[in-house]
Amino acid sequence: MNGVIAAISYRALLGRRRIWLLILLPLVLLGLAILLRALGVASETTTITLMEKFALGTMLPLLGLIAGTGVIAPEIDDGTVVHLLAKPISRPAIARTKFLVAASMLALFAAVPTFVATYLLVDLESGIAYGFALGALAGGVAYAAVFMLLGVLTRHAVTIGIAYALLWEGLVGNFVPGARKFSIQQWAQTVADQVSTSPFLSADITIGFAATALVLVTVVTVVAAGRRLRSFSLTGDE
Amino acid sequence: MNIELTQVSRWYGNVVAVNDVTMTIGPGVTGLLGPNGAGKSTLLHMMAGFLAPSSGTVTLDGAAIWHNHEIYRSIGLVPEREALYGFLTGWQFVLSSARLHRLPNPDEAARKALATVEMEPAKDRRIDTYSKGMRQRIKVAAALVHDPRVLLLDEPFNGMDPRQRMHLMDLVAAMGAAGKTILFSSHILEEVERVAQHIEVLVAGRHAASGDFREIRRRMTDRPHVFRIRSSDDRRLAAALIADASSGSVSLGETGLEVRAVDFRRFTWLLPRVAKDAGVRLWQISPADEDLESVFSYLINRSG
Repeated sequence: MNGVIAAISYRALLGRRRIWLLILLPLVLLGLAILLRALGVASETTTITLMEKFALGTMLPLLGLIAGTGVIAPEIDDGTVVHLLAKPISRPAIARTKFLVAASMLALFAAVPTFVATYLLVDLESGIAYGFALGALAGGVAYAAVFMLLGVLTRHAVTIGIAYALLWEGLVGNFVPGARKFSIQQWAQTVADQVSTSPFLSADITIGFAATALVLVTVVTVVAAGRRLRSFSLTGDE
Repeated sequence: MNIELTQVSRWYGNVVAVNDVTMTIGPGVTGLLGPNGAGKSTLLHMMAGFLAPSSGTVTLDGAAIWHNHEIYRSIGLVPEREALYGFLTGWQFVLSSARLHRLPNPDEAARKALATVEMEPAKDRRIDTYSKGMRQRIKVAAALVHDPRVLLLDEPFNGMDPRQRMHLMDLVAAMGAAGKTILFSSHILEEVERVAQHIEVLVAGRHAASGDFREIRRRMTDRPHVFRIRSSDDRRLAAALIADASSGSVSLGETGLEVRAVDFRRFTWLLPRVAKDAGVRLWQISPADEDLESVFSYLINRSG
């Protein structure tokens, strides 16, 4: 972790319009929770549906995309990243710092609001709030790593990232049973299920597989991003 | 310190950007001269560790530059693109550079670098309020903050006003005189001539010429120049010019005279005098082949 790089990354990330996207989605989640509570329909099942479909299914990949690509892709686009790379600091260390910044954003803007929203609906009943908060954290960290790698690999990271989130995580993951095993969203749900004791929450992947997969995907993508940065090339305008 | 390139080539697919270049950049100021698209940036990026050579080697005092972040302890890089962290002030930007280098006294180093480029008065303004020339200078300050022994600058004088340009040129010259290894790229001969003791010329990816600037300058000015001249009496002027040996050939066309001058210096000295003596008024004198491409291609044909 390099403090100077982290500080610049936070300022770059929070200074751009992206900050509103980071705030907007958790606000919608909290708004929905308050609405359901006001309507008096805050049951365990509606809470779990909201968290599975919106918090983990929609908000988490989108926030992962915004923060994950946001910590590096704009700098690569406009060339400012050269100022960080032309320093006697190992490129993998730069990648790790960028990842930690993105991951902390996911903790703040995804995991915390998920906990608060769930708490508003069902208090601490059956450990659902802890479950989804931890699931959002683990899934968010993995998303941050995957999308950061995408941001290092391609200039079209956001487009590809949205396509991935909608098609793979949204459609395939929900309808093709085999594919669920390879979905960050499903792994996050498995973590939530493991922590919670609610009978309405069930996951069809074992926690052993989900936890291993989350750790593996996170580590491998962060290492890959570092390796890719090591070979970062300026091709010039000629 | 020496940057050594040995049989370096770089290609993108089928396009060859740099073709079999061997050169050594030593202490002092070296100008990398060539027209746009000659491969200057490609070559400079390979020296700066931001591009791998497709073949050949690029080393700094024997150590490979590619995949070696330790070289940045000795190298300062001023990239061509002007994008900077606009939300930082100049001071914060240069200080962050000092901290990334883990200098023992980053504040002092940043202060010194800002003073060197005369950016102290604007140091507390956000970079996105800076003019192009100020951005250029703040980039130079950030690259100098760790007092590197090697400085690489990609088209550093672009977008600067004459006073800023002069100041940066003096700075570069002074650092070169102090024994630093400095390389800067440019497509403008006058810039290179002012600052560099040594010139490397790159044309179409090939190493076209190398040496002392006076030598190259002479080769460039000694080539035959073609001028188009319009005057109050083209015919009489033609007759007067052809009497002198410096006018190789003179042809009279509908749009005026076309003169091929074999001795540039003598011809430019001669023309106004001859015209005056003959009582001819000159309306227009335009060089017909002054574009860099033709200058460089002449040079290449000579050296090849």
